[in-house]
Order: sequence, then structure tokens, then C-alpha cells
Amino acid sequence: MVISMDNTIPSIPQRIGAIRFGLLSPREIRKMSVTSIITADTYDDDGYPIDMGLMDLRLGVIDPGLKCKTCGGRAGECPGHFGHIELVAPVLHVGFNKIIRKILRSTCRNCSHLLLEDKQKKAYLNQFAKLDVMSHLPDDLINNVFKEARKTKICPYCGEEQLEIKFEKPSDYIENDYKLTPTEIRDRLEHIPDDDLKVMGMDPVSARPEWMVLTVLAVPPVTVRPSITLESGQRSEDDLTHKLVDIIRINQRFQENRDAGAPQLIIEDLWELLQYHLTTFFDNEVSGVPPARHRSGRPLKTLTQRLKGKEGRFRGSLSGKRVNFSARTVISPDPNLSINEVGVPYAIAKQMTIPVRIISRNLEMMRAYVARGGETHPGANYVFREDGRRLKITEANKEELAEKLEPGWTVERQMQDGDIVLFNRQPSLHKMSIMAHKVKVLPNKTFKLNPSVCPPYNADFDGDEMNMHVLQTEESRAEASILMQVQENILSPRFGGPIIGGIHDHISGMFLLTRNEKMISKNDALELLRKSEVRELPEPAGHNDTGDPFWTGKQIFSQILPNDLNLEFKANVCFKCDVCKGRDCEYDSYVVVENGELVAGTIDEKAIGAFKGKILDSIVKRYGATEAARFVDDVTRLAIRGVMRTGLSFGISDEDIPREARLNIDEELERAENEVAELIQAYEAKELEPLPGRTLAETIELKIMQSLGKARDHTGTIAGNHLGLENSAVIMAKSGARGSMLNLTQMAACVGQQAVRGERIRRGYEGRTLPHFDRGDLGADAHGFVKSSYKSGLNPTEYFFHAVGGREGLVDTAVRTSQSGYLQRRLVNALQDLEVQYDRSVRETRGVIVQFKYGEDGIDSTKSDYNSKDTVHNIVSSVTGKEVK
Amino acid sequence: MSKFSLLDHEFIPHHEIIDEDEIKSVLKEYNIGREQLPKIKIEDPVIKEIGAEVGDIVKITRKSQTAGEAPYYRYVIE
Repeated sequence: MVISMDNTIPSIPQRIGAIRFGLLSPREIRKMSVTSIITADTYDDDGYPIDMGLMDLRLGVIDPGLKCKTCGGRAGECPGHFGHIELVAPVLHVGFNKIIRKILRSTCRNCSHLLLEDKQKKAYLNQFAKLDVMSHLPDDLINNVFKEARKTKICPYCGEEQLEIKFEKPSDYIENDYKLTPTEIRDRLEHIPDDDLKVMGMDPVSARPEWMVLTVLAVPPVTVRPSITLESGQRSEDDLTHKLVDIIRINQRFQENRDAGAPQLIIEDLWELLQYHLTTFFDNEVSGVPPARHRSGRPLKTLTQRLKGKEGRFRGSLSGKRVNFSARTVISPDPNLSINEVGVPYAIAKQMTIPVRIISRNLEMMRAYVARGGETHPGANYVFREDGRRLKITEANKEELAEKLEPGWTVERQMQDGDIVLFNRQPSLHKMSIMAHKVKVLPNKTFKLNPSVCPPYNADFDGDEMNMHVLQTEESRAEASILMQVQENILSPRFGGPIIGGIHDHISGMFLLTRNEKMISKNDALELLRKSEVRELPEPAGHNDTGDPFWTGKQIFSQILPNDLNLEFKANVCFKCDVCKGRDCEYDSYVVVENGELVAGTIDEKAIGAFKGKILDSIVKRYGATEAARFVDDVTRLAIRGVMRTGLSFGISDEDIPREARLNIDEELERAENEVAELIQAYEAKELEPLPGRTLAETIELKIMQSLGKARDHTGTIAGNHLGLENSAVIMAKSGARGSMLNLTQMAACVGQQAVRGERIRRGYEGRTLPHFDRGDLGADAHGFVKSSYKSGLNPTEYFFHAVGGREGLVDTAVRTSQSGYLQRRLVNALQDLEVQYDRSVRETRGVIVQFKYGEDGIDSTKSDYNSKDTVHNIVSSVTGKEVK
Repeated sequence: MSKFSLLDHEFIPHHEIIDEDEIKSVLKEYNIGREQLPKIKIEDPVIKEIGAEVGDIVKITRKSQTAGEAPYYRYVIE
């Protein structure tokens, strides 16, 4: 309040030493007020603000051309000044009802002392002091004070008997059927001694309780409630102004009636009306008070409504703002970009600018930018003169401005290739949701990104949009390129492995290229490696019948591996044999890399995939982020060419299985149905043994589910036996590129049991799911077992059950996202100020320790191997050359 | 009714009151005052059991998934 006390605004920014929160006293309100407001009118017939009206020129100006009568500032310069309204009678402030109630109940109705013995008061004061030392909040203790004091029935100071005070919404205090007037309440509060206030946790200097009962109302400056001029020339006032008009009108009527000696009843009515208007002025959503409405019937947006909620001042205008130098458009994939690049459309690049300060050494270069103007791409849109004045570069003045440039000026040049920008996709749930990319200006209208960076953003290309922010200072660009570039974020701190890596086609492409010994001609080999840095082929693996040299896929892949990489692991296609034959694996599923040469095994999801990729993981950890980024770039380019060389397509005929397999599946399903029938028979004959802890009904449900589940799996195996690794769907499932063998089973063999909440479908009509079945039928098909496959098609009842099961999935995802979103918000709010210190302890802002060692072991998960103990083993074996067991 | 010790329960980690020397070394290690340690109330059942007093510092040795065992220190308050 220092600023508005003498109504002058210091032009020099000042350092804030401390902030004190308190209540405005009537004295303070009058002191900071520039005028008393006495008329409810705003403008006179000429449209000029009326003196001592709500738009008084001393309250600040909003119309261009007028000058503020207080500070002399024009619209935009003058911050506005408070006025005040003298209320004819005191009125309660809605925001303080809770505390007023507590105070009234715990102070004497006669002498206003806090109803506690002196000794107790002293004890509480001591406790406050102790809490203060530990900087703990005193809220709980204050509540105890009120709770204790309320119990006292006879005042220990004047002996007055205390009466029960009932509070009735919205602002009535009733003491033994007598309604206390605000004047009486104010009187009681006024007489509370300062020392007692301290016991109630209040500071008598900055917050006397009687200030919660208003005798004078601060009128916010016009800049807070600007009126707008409609196209018709009519003025439309702000909601707050409307409310203030109401308050002044009633205040005046009250005054007139009282002066004329009107009957008590009328006075009371007017007093209540004044209370209503003040209440709704502060908060128009108080329960028990009908909201004040605009002429059109829309509820008014008053003070509380401006601040509260998602679109309120705090969450809507202060925590979340719309920013300049940002762009948003649809995203699409481009595997030829590096993972740390982003393709930006020309249309956007021409709008986004970067300020460059002119020095003697870049003068000529910046002249060229300015001379190109805003229309030709790497041009410039604005220049700033040395005095800070902004000039727009137009086609007409570009040459002239280029000539005028001199050191000290700043040019806002257009964004171009290599500039660093932040790229973001909402919801921003983890740090990898905003990463720094290098710009590549490209034609067309979408942002382009390498599909390998989809997992960290959780993006796909079904219409997703993303945001881009252009960095404006050297410091921010340096910080972003050191901490936020895509390659610095390959390892996710969530699980200590790579979150960026090959996806979908990259994996199937590598799989097709490296599986078994393929004979690749020289032309093909060069074509595959064309986009990588590799310029020389290794010794050919052999010569074919015609004597031409050939290379293997493994050799081609080896070219993009670092030369001294050594690694051994089981691939995703691993058949999990009882005894692993290691590098002699007959299915080519044991990957061996020796000195940067892929000796054995197939490259699939376990090697290069996002989340799992072992090769990728060890490259980031051993060779660093830049090398890893190069590797991912090469993998994506090589894999795309690899998959195009063989071709990978999938059609309905890929789900075809031989007739005998179909018969086997039918047989298996029939067997399962018989099994179920037997179970039901045993159940009805009461011969079934219940499982421990289950009822008989639960037991049979469980057993039926079990045997049907087994049947579905068997049909899957039968179908799988006829779909070999030459089938593209199988390739994708086994290599981990997309889909699973279960998906394939459902397409080719049998969809299986549909479930709601993990149980067979039971809901529907009385005693049955659908009228197609008998009441009490426990059979497989009556409770949602789908025998058909997606390819053969579902019969009507199966189709219905499938829809029932499918709906649950949809509802689940809808509920989960909203719930986890709110959980995230609460977690972030609770944890945002915690920080890991250099000594690895986790502390909050006061320096109080929360965790003595981060994660209890002080380990940065991105620097350990998938958070396992392997890290230590790897270090030891790399130094000693011996395997650690 | 037979008396039993809270500390014997498997869910209760080991609590012990530490002496001045150890307090000094802990405070020095983290470069803090007592007030910056996490707090524990005197009426906490375990604190009553081991008979700590206001102003004492209690060392709690917790089982940890990541580190095996992790020491925590708490300042006893009213």
C-alpha cells in the first residue's frame, strides 16, 4: 500500500523487502482515496465523466485523449486511483463471516475480553513463539484457542453469562432470538483488547477485527472496471460499475429515509438491501444469496469471480498466459530429418523473429536481411533504433532502412535453418514434453518431425498439433542447447533407458534386413546406406553364382555401429528355449556384437526400439548423446530403406489359415464347450468342490473362465503354427514393431471371452443376458464367449457382447485420463518447490530436509542401466576384462 | 494384558536416540541447524516407547528398496 498512500507512483523499480498482508482500515481507505463518490451517475449528456461520480477523472482515465486529474497520466500511463463511498451504516464483509463468527463466540458479550484465563493466554503466546522459530503455520493452534474459549460460559473478567450465538446464512448472527445488527457486532469487535487479539493469532496493527465490518467502501479505479463503447456508440459499463451504482443508490435512499425519520421496519429492510449489494459486490456466488443479475439475466462477474477458478486471474491470467514468438500447427512425420531437427513451414518461419544486436562485424550481414524485407524468406520484419523505437520493415522502406542501420540498432530477423527453438506437445506430463530442436525451414504447412521422437511427446499423426517457441536471448539459447536438446533427453529418468528409438517400421525394417544371411548386391547395399555417413563398403561376404560380390544385412547394419562396440543379449524374437545355446542360437535370436560388427542375431525391438533398445542404451551411455543421436538418425534412415527393399504389406489373406487348421480350431472350441457343459452338470448336481475361500457360484465362474481362456490360447497356437515368420503380421508381432500374437489370434482364430469388470457378462434381462438364451443358462455363448474370429465375422449375439466389452474399455480410458490429470496437478503443486541439492539431499525452500539422500541411494537413474545392479558389473568387467557373476 | 514393544513389529523401523557427538556430525554433514531436520511429535508412540525428550534427535533406520537401508533423522518437538 506504500504506492497508493500518497497517490504518486515511483518511476524507478524498487526492491521488495517484505510483504505484509492485513485488512484495510477505514482510515487507510480514506487516506488512499482520491475522492468520495456520492452520485450514482457516470457520464453527463455530453459523455463527459461527472465529478464525484463513478467515472470521476481523478480515479484514472481509460478514454484516449483525457488526462488523469490525480497524476496527469494519459490512458495507459495512469495506473488508476482508488475512491471511496461513505456507508450510512456499517455492513458485514462476506469474506470474513467465518472468522467474525469465531471471534464473537469466543469473546465476552459485555466486556469483549477473550474468554480465557490470563495463564492460558500466556501459555498460548509461548506456543506461538515456538512455532514461529520452526517457521510452522500456527493455524491449528489458533483453532484450539477458539475451541477452548468457546467452552467458557461465564466471563472470567466481568462475570457476564455468555449466550449461544447462532449463525444463519448468509450473514445473520442471532443471540437468543435477537438478531445482532452490524453496528452491535462492530462495537463488540472494537472493544477487544490488543493483547487478546495476539492470542487469537491476529496482529492488531495490520488487522483489527472491527475492520471486517465495513463503514467505508474502497471504490476500485476505473482502470479495473473499464467501460466499453459499442459499435452503436452506446456505452456499456463493467459489471463492477453496475454493482457500485446499486450500492450508491441504496446508500442514498437509506440516508434519506433515516433523515426523514422513517419507521424502523423500513430502515431494517434498506439495511438488509445494502448488505445484499455489498455481499454480491465482493462475491456473487455465496450460497443462500440469490446472485445479482445483469438486465439480460446473466449473473454479474464480481470481485471473487474475477479471481477464482481455471479462467480466473491466478490460474488463467498469471500462471497461464498466451505468449508471443510461438506457433502451432499440425504435425507430420519426416524420417529424413535428424531427431534433433524440426521442420517449420515457410509461412511460420516468416513470422517468427530473432533479435540480433548490430555490431560492426555483423552490420553488412544484417543489412542484407533488412534489404530482403519481410516477404523474401531469410529477411527481417522489424528494426529497433538505438532509442528503442520499433520500425516496421515494409516493401517500400526496406532499402532505406538497410542503409540507415548502424551498430547499436537491433534487427528482428526471420527464423532460419539451425536456429534453436522449443517444441512442445500438451499435455506436458514430463520433462521430455518440451525439448529443444534445430529449425529446418521446409515447404508445406505442417511441423515435421522424425517419428523416433514420437514416444517422448506421446504424439501420433492422426491430426495432433504441437507448439513451437522461438528463443529470444543468447542465454536461453545456450541453456536450451545444453539441457533441452532432443539428444540430451534420449535417456528417460523414469526407468534409466532410452525413450527415443526405433518404432514401428524402423523395427520391422531392421528385422527384415538383419535376419538370417541375405544376399545384397552392391547396388542395393549402396542404396541402403546412401543417406548415412558411410562412404565405403566392407569386404563382401561372398560371391554369388555369377561371380558378383554380395553383402549380408548384418554387415550393412554393422556399418552404422561404433567401431569398438561389444554387446551380447537375447533378441525380442527369442523363443525362450529351456537351454539357451547362446551365439549358436538356431533361430538367429541371440545378438552378438563384436568390435562394432554384428556377428550373430537379429536386430529388433530389444536392440533399437524406444524403451527397450539395448544397443541404443549402451551407445548413449558409452559414447554420449551426440553419437546416440547420429545412431538413431542412421537407424531410421537405414530401416526405412530396409523395409522398402523387401516390402511389408498386410491384407485380409494374411489371416488365411489352412482348412485343417480351421477344423482343429473348431474341434478345440467344441472340446472346450463340452468341458464347460461338464462343469455345469457337476455344478447342478452339487458335485463340484468349491475352491478355498470361494462360493460354489464363484468357483464355477472361475473354472469356466479358465477353460475358455485356455481354449482361446490353444486356438491361437494352432493358428500360429500355420502362420510362419514369412507372414508380415507375425514379423511385426515377433519383432516388437506393432501388434501382438494375441491380436493375430483374434483375427485368425477366435476372439475369445468378452468381460465386464473382469467377469463374464452377466447383466441384461432377468436371469439371462439376452432373450436368445434360457434363463439361468451358464453356457459359454450365453455369457459372452465369442467363438468366431474377426475374419470369419461375429454372429449377432457375439457382436452384441463384443460391443458390451468394448464399451467398458472406452469408459475406462475416459475416466482414467481425467482422474490421473487431477492427481498429476495435486502432485505437482505439492512437490514443485523440492530440490535436490549438491550434497544429494532433497530440501524445500526453507532448507528443511525432506529426504536425506535422493531416492535413498542418491543415484541418477539415467546414469544407471535400467536401475539394475548391472552398472557396477559393467564397470568392473570393462576395467578388468573379466565377467562378473 | 501383556506388554509388548512397538519396535518388535516388522512395520516399525529401528528408532534410536543419538548422542551429542553424533548430532554434531549429522548437523555438520548437512550444514543445518536442528530446526531444519524433519520433526516428530513427542506424543508419537515410538518416541514415547524409546523415551526421547523434546530437543532430542532420533535416528530412524528404514528398509529401502534402492539402498537396502537408509538413515533418517528427526527432531523431537512438542
